Amino acid sequence: MQDYQTQKPTVLEILNTHQAMPGNLLPILHGIQDTLGYIPPAAVVDIAKSLNLSQAEVHGVISFYHYFRETPPGEHTIRICRAESCQAMNGKALETHVKQQLGIDFHETTADGIFSLEPVYCLGNCACSPSITIDDEVMGRVTTEKFDRLLATYKGAK
Amino acid sequence: MTRVFISRDSTALSLGAEQVAKALEQQASSKGLSAEIVRNGSRGLFWLEPLVEVETSQGRVAYGPVQVEDVAPLLDAGLLDGKQHPLYLGNIEEIAYFKNQNRLTFARVGLTDPVNIDDYLAHDGYRGLKNALALQATEIVKQVTDSGLRGRGGAAFPTGIKWNTVLNAPADQKYIVCNADEGDSGTFSDRMIMEGDPFVLIEGMTIAGLAVGATQGYIYLRVEYPHAKIALNQAIEAAYKNGYLGENIQNSGKTFHLEVRSGAGAYICGEETSLLESLEGKRGLVRFKPPLPAIVGLFGKPTIVNNVISLASIPVILDKGGEYYKNYGMGRSRGTLPLQLAGNIKHPGLFEVAFGMTLRELLYDYGGGSASGRPIRAVQVGGPLGAYLHESQFDTPLDYEAFAAISAVLGHGGIVVHDDTVNMADMARYAMEFCVEESCGKCTPCRIGSTRGVEVIDRIVEGVQKDKNTVLLRDLCDTMTYGSLCAMGGMTPFPVLSALNHFPEDFGLQSAKA
Repeated sequence: MQDYQTQKPTVLEILNTHQAMPGNLLPILHGIQDTLGYIPPAAVVDIAKSLNLSQAEVHGVISFYHYFRETPPGEHTIRICRAESCQAMNGKALETHVKQQLGIDFHETTADGIFSLEPVYCLGNCACSPSITIDDEVMGRVTTEKFDRLLATYKGAK
Repeated sequence: MTRVFISRDSTALSLGAEQVAKALEQQASSKGLSAEIVRNGSRGLFWLEPLVEVETSQGRVAYGPVQVEDVAPLLDAGLLDGKQHPLYLGNIEEIAYFKNQNRLTFARVGLTDPVNIDDYLAHDGYRGLKNALALQATEIVKQVTDSGLRGRGGAAFPTGIKWNTVLNAPADQKYIVCNADEGDSGTFSDRMIMEGDPFVLIEGMTIAGLAVGATQGYIYLRVEYPHAKIALNQAIEAAYKNGYLGENIQNSGKTFHLEVRSGAGAYICGEETSLLESLEGKRGLVRFKPPLPAIVGLFGKPTIVNNVISLASIPVILDKGGEYYKNYGMGRSRGTLPLQLAGNIKHPGLFEVAFGMTLRELLYDYGGGSASGRPIRAVQVGGPLGAYLHESQFDTPLDYEAFAAISAVLGHGGIVVHDDTVNMADMARYAMEFCVEESCGKCTPCRIGSTRGVEVIDRIVEGVQKDKNTVLLRDLCDTMTYGSLCAMGGMTPFPVLSALNHFPEDFGLQSAKA
C-alpha cells in the first residue's frame, strides 16, 4: 500500500477545488477515488478537518455507499450484475464461473493484482443480459465462453 | 458525403458498436468512399444492435445486427447506397415493433446526434421552452396539470400538483432535482434518454425551473451510467454556449443553472428523500415525511424531485399542449409510458406506447415470447419491488389502477421476463436479500425484517415447520408493508408474496389458490 504522505497533496488539492461547492462530500470522495483508485483511510482525517465534520461522519458516508473503497483495487475491476434480468438469463451460472476462473470471491483482488471482482445491481443493460463491466466498458450477452475470451484478452494486454 | 448512423448507446456499445464504427470508418476511407459517421442514440430494437443506418436518396435504411466482420462485405455490397444485403432491414421506422409505438418522449432518440444542439433544434427541440418563456409560471403549471402526467419514476404522483406546491412555497431559493438513479433491474429508459437525447431532459428541467422559480438544478446520476454522464455533460456545455442555460436564457431575463452529480452505488438513493440526503453529502438515509421535499427539500428549500422520464415528457407537453398529451392513455393514466422489455425475451428493447395495451400483447406480439423458446412463466413488472405476475394475469392492461387492483405496480415500466426454468422461491429469497443489501437501515421493519425474511424463506424451502413458517412469513411481510418508512421495506413484500401466492409449489407448498 502506498504511503499516505505521497497521496496527501492530491487529497488536499481535491479538497481545495471543492471548497465552495454545496453538498461537496460525495464529489470529493469521487475525486479522490477517481485519482487514487481508492480512498486511503488516512485521508479521512484531512477530509473531516476540511469540511468541519467528525471522522465518524466521513467514515459513515464512505462505508454507506457500495462504490467507494478503502483498499487499492486490482488493475482491472470486473463487475457482475446480480439483478433479476441477468438472473433470468443464467447470470448465476456466469457468476459462479467467474469466481472460479478468477479464484476469488466478491470484494477480493486476485493474488497477481490484475483483477478485482465486485457485485453490481443493474447496469441498465437488461435488454442484453447477462451483463458485466470491465473497468468502464459494458459487455452484454456474456456467456461463460465469451467471458473466458475477454479474460484472456485483458490478461494478454497486461 | 453519406451520413451513416451507429449508436453510442451503452447497450449497442455492449454488443460491439464502437468496434463496428471504427471498422467502418477505416475501411470506407481505405476504399476511398466518403462516409460521415454520426453517433446517435438507439432506436431501442436491441436484438438488431449494433444497427447501422444510412442516409440515402430513398430515405434512411438500416442494416443489423452488424458485427465487425460484416463491415467489408456490407461496403462491397453497396451499403453507402442502401443496396441489398442479408442484413438489410429497410426503413427501421416501418418495422412493426417501432411503427406501432407512440413516441412522444422518445421522438428523437436514435434519430438525431444526441449532443448536437443544431440537430436538436432542427427536430422540434426547445419549442416547449420557447412557449414556456412566453407564459406566466401558473400557466406553465396548468399545462402540466392538464396533461394528466403522473410521475414516471414509480409512485405515479400527479406532476402538476407537485409543481404547484413548490410554486406556492415562498422561499429565497428553490431547486429542481432530477432523479436519475434508475436502479431497478429491467429498466433502462432513463439511461436511453440521457444517452440518446439529453437535451430533452435539460429542456424539461429548464421549464420546471421557470414554472416554480428555481434557478438551480441538479441531475443525480447513478455511477453505473458513465456513458450517460458524458452525453449529459456534453449537452449541458452546448446548452450553456448557446444561451439555453445560465443567466438571461434566450434574452428572457430568466436564469437556470444545471449540474450533474454522481451517486455511489446505493439503490436506496433512488428514494427521493435519500437522494436529497446524498446530494447534501450525507449517507442516503430516508427522511420522515412530512415535511414533503416540495416544502422542505434540498438544503431545506422547496424542491421539485422528478424522475428523468417525467421531466423529459415536459417539452412535448409545453410544445403541443396539455390536452394533446392527455389524449393518449386510458382512465387516470394519461399520455405514454416508455416500457422496457428485458430478461428472457426474444425481442428486448424500448417500447413507448399509450397506457392501455395488455401485457400479453407486448410480450408475444412485440416481444416475440421468451428468448430461450420455452414458455414464459413469470413476469416481474416495475423493478425489484414489483410483483411477479402469473400467466393468468397477462391480460391486465398497462394502467396504474388496473395494476394496483391485482396488487402489482407498473413502476418505471420495466418488464423482466422469466421462462419456466425459474425457481420462484429463489426469486422471493433474492427480493429479501436485495432488501438486506440495499436497506438504508433507518427503520427496523426494513433493516431487520428483510434479514429475518431470508431466514424464514430458507426454513420453508428446507421443509422446517412449513405451515407455521409460511404464516410467519406473511406476518413479517405485513409488518414490513405497514411499518416501513419508505417503499424499500414497504414494497419488498410485493415480489415475495406474489411469488408465494402464485407459485406455492416452488416453496414446496400445496397450491392454496382460491
